[in-house]
Amino acid sequence: MAKVMGERPKALLDVPLHYCPGCTHGIVHRLVAEVIDELGVEGRATGVASVGCSVFTYNYFGCDMVQAPHGRAPAVATGVKRARPDNVVFTYQGDGDLAAIGMGETVHAAARGENIVAIFINNAIYGMTGGQMAPTTLPGQVTQTTPYGRDPATAGNPIRVCELLSTVKGVALAQRVTVDCPKNVRAAKKAIKKAFEYQMAGKGYCIVEVVSTCPTNWGMSPADSIQWLRDNMLPYYPLGVYKDVGEEGEE
Amino acid sequence: MPKVTVDNDRCKGCEMCVIACPKEILELDHSITNSKGYHPAHVTDAGKCIGCGSCTIMCPDCAIIVEVERCPRRYS
Amino acid sequence: MSEKVLMKGNEAIAEAAIAAGCRHFFGYPITPQTEVAAYMSKRMPKIGGVYLQAESEVASINMVLGAGAAGVRVMTSTSSPGISLMSEGISYIAGSDVPCLIVNVERGGPGLGGIQPSQSDYFQATRATGHGDFHMLVFAPSTVQETVDLISDAFDLGDKYRMPTMILSDGLLGQMMEPVVLPEPKDPTDDKEWSVRGHQGKRPHNVVNSLYIDPAVLEKLNFERFEKYEKIKETEQRAQEYLVDDADIILVAFGASSRIAHSAVDAARKQGIKAGLIRPITLWPFPEKAIEKHVGHAKAFLSVEMNMGQMVEDVRMIVARRKPVHFYGRTGGVVPTPKEVLQQIVKINGGEL
Repeated sequence: MAKVMGERPKALLDVPLHYCPGCTHGIVHRLVAEVIDELGVEGRATGVASVGCSVFTYNYFGCDMVQAPHGRAPAVATGVKRARPDNVVFTYQGDGDLAAIGMGETVHAAARGENIVAIFINNAIYGMTGGQMAPTTLPGQVTQTTPYGRDPATAGNPIRVCELLSTVKGVALAQRVTVDCPKNVRAAKKAIKKAFEYQMAGKGYCIVEVVSTCPTNWGMSPADSIQWLRDNMLPYYPLGVYKDVGEEGEE
Repeated sequence: MPKVTVDNDRCKGCEMCVIACPKEILELDHSITNSKGYHPAHVTDAGKCIGCGSCTIMCPDCAIIVEVERCPRRYS
Repeated sequence: MSEKVLMKGNEAIAEAAIAAGCRHFFGYPITPQTEVAAYMSKRMPKIGGVYLQAESEVASINMVLGAGAAGVRVMTSTSSPGISLMSEGISYIAGSDVPCLIVNVERGGPGLGGIQPSQSDYFQATRATGHGDFHMLVFAPSTVQETVDLISDAFDLGDKYRMPTMILSDGLLGQMMEPVVLPEPKDPTDDKEWSVRGHQGKRPHNVVNSLYIDPAVLEKLNFERFEKYEKIKETEQRAQEYLVDDADIILVAFGASSRIAHSAVDAARKQGIKAGLIRPITLWPFPEKAIEKHVGHAKAFLSVEMNMGQMVEDVRMIVARRKPVHFYGRTGGVVPTPKEVLQQIVKINGGEL
């Protein structure tokens, strides 16, 4: 009797992913699909694709998918969920989509306690457009639009989304995870599963922030990116649970 | 013995599996170049594989599969 | 309900949508249409519908995209600056072939403008709603009753053609009260096979999307959409003609200004001037046929609008310099009087002002 590890989950379509080598998007896609499989909800799930490197998620997930304008995924997800309350609705967004242009939609969906799950890929840079500053770019970090390193005096300060949303009533789960090693990948999957379960229990808005890499635009190998993430991103964006109504009890 | 299979066409040679392997038995095979121009990963010493599946957990492309015979005493 | 009720235009919009089976409203307050949202906020919860005040018009139109993509009849309502905010969302809705209803209760512009009625969003509605090549079905009611009737048609045609539809109203029509007979209520249906309501394991997944990276694919899609638009232009043009068959001077006016033009035509006729009125009811597709029919016998056309000259360009395009096309407009929230319009008719007729 054999145990097989690494098979593509059913909710992830059998298509080659277009992401760069070592991009952690691939890991997170697989985790979301595994959770959808384990919960058996692919038939009643609707995913909302955002704009960024992950714009093609509608080609990768097997559930029904709708494409949203840049930043608007939480609003589109709200429309879907209010029209189909029994559907499991999730967004998959990068740092520009969720925290720059979409910050208003994010905060208000959270405040409404909208029963959706936001998978938030935080890699401190704008990938698809070629490596510009993101709201989560670190002070001193060199990007295409901060060629001398991000100077908070002129370019502003990075935003810690989980911390920000943890103050919003309506948020059921705000948890920051990462996927730099198997142990953390397992923990990330647990968080994603909890988020989906909370939605199915009607607990409110859930966000799982995944501290991620962008080897291409960070200008380093995938292996080095993992180390850069540990050395630079995790100290600024500490992993942890920032809000969990399941643990704390309903407000 | 655990069996490791790499999908040479899906592998992007990113080395996530290489750095994840606790036995350090994964490396890129520079003698193979796939249709996208990548060198896929391969096992250098199959005998040392402990079937932990760390490589499968870290692969972003579902390009590596590990099959492990379950111990009949425990899992029957 | 088949009895006549006295209703405010904005509230009739809400009731008409509900009668058409709409159970999802997403909107944001803005003068002069806030009553639509306020009325919906009271009515929707009582009938098991959804009223959600969004955080902005940007969010509203995206909620409309989501609910429309999920296969339900959905609407929003706003006024001119709000349509500007919705521009991106409407382009996505059109590019994704999602039906929905957008109501614009126009106000003075540009910018923050004013809160009194205008018709200065004609170009925006018919030509330039959002980026890319696309059209919405645009209806221009001139009475509260017509608003109610056109909303029903807008939902039906939007579903039939899978495209966004717009009711171009204005502050005058929104705020006035007139007797209305509401249509028989329709129950919501759930029959949109293309929607993202969940595949239940019974079909491949549906994708509602407007991104097509391959130029050949995107071009083909645009061509197909425009073939659909050509069919709509053939079959869905609507206009009302009043005393046009023997008219020398033909007024062209829509919405609130058509009511003023109507009075001016009557006054002109009393003076022996053969005036008539063509009142477009669909602004897109523009009722070219109605105008073309009368170019031969007309001596001149006069477009009367509450803007700086927008619909007149469509009239000029159809008339194609065969006859003179004049324009009279007031804007900024100023509503022309029948007397002013009569003076224009007299002037065109060669008489003294």
